[in-house]
Amino acid sequence: MQREDFDIGAEIAAFRRADPGIGAIASFIGLVRDVNDGDTVAGMTLEHYPGMTEKALAGIVAEAKARWDIVDALVIHRVGELKPLDQIVLVVVTGAHRRDAFAACEFIMDYLKTQAPFWKKEQTAQGARWVEARASDDQAAERWNKV
Amino acid sequence: MNIRILYFARLREEMGIAQEMLDLPENCDVKSLRARLVARGGTSAAAFGQGKAVRVSVNQDLARDDTPVTAGDEVAFFPPVTGG
Repeated sequence: MQREDFDIGAEIAAFRRADPGIGAIASFIGLVRDVNDGDTVAGMTLEHYPGMTEKALAGIVAEAKARWDIVDALVIHRVGELKPLDQIVLVVVTGAHRRDAFAACEFIMDYLKTQAPFWKKEQTAQGARWVEARASDDQAAERWNKV
Repeated sequence: MNIRILYFARLREEMGIAQEMLDLPENCDVKSLRARLVARGGTSAAAFGQGKAVRVSVNQDLARDDTPVTAGDEVAFFPPVTGG
């Protein structure tokens, strides 16, 4: 968790640790959009539950490492005030081969969106409002139960 | 027994507080704790009322209605999460 922005290239370079056993890196970057549910979004505030956030993300990464043959996984999530175009979240998964790295990266994002204690409050022309959870995110996370 | 209750996001705004200490009888679970909060009336009843989607954690792990609550626990209530 951090308030500051992150540099994707620098984060990935550091996370690889020049390990020659890594043959694949899958990454995901989540960004702030300027529209949601048909309304223009001027910015958002990201709140989290300090302590539980770290515990939840560590648990999700541990679960990914247990399910797939990957080397490691990194999650950086920003909190505080964010504007459209800003980066919100970075997930990086390193592994020997792409298949497990892709799957683990998607799994981590699906679980993060449904289990990690973050909440978005967005500012629109109609005022500030809490973003509602989406059923499609729950369905995306549930499909991993069948794997 | 005493427990600490934390509120986040919409729940924190509706309750008007970020946390409180509560004295509970022994052998409580999440469901009975919620019932006590609703029974207090006022902002508690409104925030935890019928049809409100409220998630809960006990000691920073996601919990369910039948999760036990014991002395010294940290219980948090919050809306469904929307990170990422």
